[in-house]
Amino acid sequence: MWEFYGRIVAALIRVTGDWGLAEDCAQEAMAAAVERWPRDGKPDNPGGWLMAVARNRAIDVLRRKAVEQTKLREVAMLWAAPEQHEIEDDRLRLIFTCCHPALALEARVALTLRTVAGVPTPDIARAFLVTESTMTRRITRAKTKIADARIPYRVPSGVALGERLPGVLAVLYLLFTRGYDADGEPAFAAEAIRLARLLTELMPAEPEVSGLLALFLLQHSRRDARRDASGDLVPLDRQDRSRWDSGAIAEGLELLRGTAVTGPYAIQAHIAAGHATGAGWSVIAGWYDELARVQPSPIVELNRAVAHGHAYGAEAGLSLLTVVREKLEGYPAVLAVEADLTAKAGDLERAADLFRAAAAAAPAEVERRALLARAAEL
Amino acid sequence: MKYMMFVCTDTEPERDESTVPDIDVWVAENDASGRRVAGNELVAPSSATTVRVRGGELLLSDGPFAETKEVVVGFDILECADLDEAIAVAAAHPMAYGGRIELRPFREF
Repeated sequence: MWEFYGRIVAALIRVTGDWGLAEDCAQEAMAAAVERWPRDGKPDNPGGWLMAVARNRAIDVLRRKAVEQTKLREVAMLWAAPEQHEIEDDRLRLIFTCCHPALALEARVALTLRTVAGVPTPDIARAFLVTESTMTRRITRAKTKIADARIPYRVPSGVALGERLPGVLAVLYLLFTRGYDADGEPAFAAEAIRLARLLTELMPAEPEVSGLLALFLLQHSRRDARRDASGDLVPLDRQDRSRWDSGAIAEGLELLRGTAVTGPYAIQAHIAAGHATGAGWSVIAGWYDELARVQPSPIVELNRAVAHGHAYGAEAGLSLLTVVREKLEGYPAVLAVEADLTAKAGDLERAADLFRAAAAAAPAEVERRALLARAAEL
Repeated sequence: MKYMMFVCTDTEPERDESTVPDIDVWVAENDASGRRVAGNELVAPSSATTVRVRGGELLLSDGPFAETKEVVVGFDILECADLDEAIAVAAAHPMAYGGRIELRPFREF
């Protein structure tokens, strides 16, 4: 039922320009369905039923506000069974507006979760470790700015689309990693996949959109194998491959086959594909070289050192790490990588010390336990 | 929709001056299109006078109301359809490169 929420909100915002009204009416339609469907049976066209309830509600509210007749007529014209392209246009407009770069990144993520995906505010607050009232303020402030500064409700075209799309993809990526991190909210990863799938359907000609969806699917395919029975993280090379989701891997690989490599998401998807298919570390190291070229960052350099360590020996990895060590200061993962490479190079005593230091700096408890276990093994 | 465009200095300006657009071209284009309603350069903040009335008494002080590294050196009032259009106008101003520009919507009644 919640898959209809975003499209109802999107359509009502387009016609009324009122975010609060759109969300209130969509929520009331949801509540009406929860009450009536179990009693009266689910309607044949649930989306149309919900849209009709929300639309009638909006007309009531606007009538009471004595809104001019033309706007009322427009709302009344909202079809219970709109054309497919109309739904798509509305949802795309909503995503691009929620992800407008004039909003702070954290506000964009929260607003997208709340408005496009219909995630309740308390759940968003919990995932971002803030109180519900803080999250409510953050979302309200973003919506107020959209109205006050007149952030347009539309999908940019031409050059502007190219400039804005990476910002939208960044929000989805953050959403996914929020769900995928050691102490994340797993439902967010699934939500990010759903939105990326939607975006792929709406913008099939954008290779980075397909690349992002492929990346999500390939990473998410390992979700059941990432932890052991006690909830501890299992490194990639020790995971039980029979527990990888072969359907998700196949879909990710199929997407990549038809996608040109034009940016960082497609490259990262190829890296994930390399892991999923056992392509070998020299292939993966090559993709990391490419990623470091198009999107240089300390984290990419760190992962590149890991890949080169596997492909060409621990010494090769350590020498790459030495080159970028200064830039990596303050990243807890650096110690873990250096520990692993040092162990492979044969200096077990120093490696154990480094693993313990990495554990002390790790941000999440599951990571801490995994690192201490590595130290104990040496 | 009207936007106030505060033109400010910045401690880290664009280094490559060859990319900076020309102010006369910017003014001429936006005056012609009607997007620039008014605007002017301002004299340095050291020339500012701050005015307050408290308990019926006029209080004047020499200098700006806040001492900051970045200062307002000019303003323009824009008339644009929405924020995206205002951003495009601001991004073509030379001080978007040499300084920074703050866009503030007018309160609409």
